Amino acid sequence: MANAETDPMMPQPWVVRRISKETPDTFTLALTPSEGGARSGSGGFRPGQFSMLWVFGVGELPISISGDPADEESLTYTVRSVGPATQALVSREAGQGVGVRGPFGTGWPVEGAAGRDVVVVAGGIGLAPLRPVIYHVLRHRAQFGRLVVLYGARSPRDMLYRKELVSWGRHQDTQVLATVDYGGVSWRGRVGVVTSLFKYLRLQPARTTAMLCGPEIMMRLVARELAARGLAAQDVYLSMERNMKCAVGSCGHCQWGPHFICKDGPIFSYARIAPMLDRYEL
Amino acid sequence: METQTLEKIIAGHPYFADLESDYTSLLVGCASNVRFEPGRYLWREGEEANQFYLIREGRVAIEMVPPHRKAIVVETIGEGEILGWSWLLPPYTWRFHARAVETTRAIALDGKCLRQKCEQNHDLGYELLKRFAQIINHRLDATRMQLLDVYGKR
Repeated sequence: MANAETDPMMPQPWVVRRISKETPDTFTLALTPSEGGARSGSGGFRPGQFSMLWVFGVGELPISISGDPADEESLTYTVRSVGPATQALVSREAGQGVGVRGPFGTGWPVEGAAGRDVVVVAGGIGLAPLRPVIYHVLRHRAQFGRLVVLYGARSPRDMLYRKELVSWGRHQDTQVLATVDYGGVSWRGRVGVVTSLFKYLRLQPARTTAMLCGPEIMMRLVARELAARGLAAQDVYLSMERNMKCAVGSCGHCQWGPHFICKDGPIFSYARIAPMLDRYEL
Repeated sequence: METQTLEKIIAGHPYFADLESDYTSLLVGCASNVRFEPGRYLWREGEEANQFYLIREGRVAIEMVPPHRKAIVVETIGEGEILGWSWLLPPYTWRFHARAVETTRAIALDGKCLRQKCEQNHDLGYELLKRFAQIINHRLDATRMQLLDVYGKR
């Protein structure tokens, strides 16, 4: 019989320590292993990895880790309520349990980006899987060149981590630009799609690694824009999303061409997947 | 402090950087420096469109007012960008409001004056049309993206 602590299919009991509201429908939960429970999954993850979170009696969901990779005590997830399972998850209160499997998947190439400029382009909830990268770069600031964060959201009230966006922009050699698709007349920031922010960039293509996460169409347009500005396809990374179930490459739910998103991804280089991104209905 | 001439400013603007100097001189004849304080409307929908702006500093919001609803900002235009193309095409009326969000410094170009010069010099007209077609194309792409509402719930 498989050891519960090492069996990747066996959820471990974790507890919600904190839950905070990011936007009207998006919440951030910090989880720690339950008292006396197995600590599988605690003690580190690679930025870009995800866990399977189980609300018992409701369902299981793949959710990217959005916290600080240096935090060895807890795992943090930012969840948008879009259906019954996500609604059940964001309705958990401090002290209540959640089943956790993982972390799973490949990570962002943070080690490979050392010594280079890092451009992070996020859309909507796509900022959550990229936040660990930003934490990592800011924590090891001297190991990287410039950090640029470009963020697009639907409206000002849908923007994640608003205070952090401001504080990140105060770091040396760090540029944070945000835009929304629609703004009210009281909004003093930028309005326009995320690609409209590229005109404010001074890219050094040969020494830049770009990491993108957001709706697929947004990532496709951003990847094309970066290619037009001279970035090599192998220096652009995207986080793909499909219907992940087992998270270990067995069930086939998340198969995408020759890849299983859960096992081979979710992070892929643009060089690896560019032809598939343009293929209709794949 | 060096005071830049209008010619230098226009020649240094991203959209006109590679324009022949003779054409830049023609533009200068229709140009003037302007400044708008935050909250000031540069124009309102329906007014005659007789100018466009090269934004040097600040930000301008393009607003639309849906029926029975509050105004929404559909785009902001900032440093290094061009604001307004309705001066180029009949019936030469603005289709939306433009409001300064921040203190905004710009070069205003007189559209009537430029239209006359373009009629007299079709090469200049073609150069300007090429540049404005690019701006309109980018705006059309952006509008399509916004219509997709890619960050909305599925």
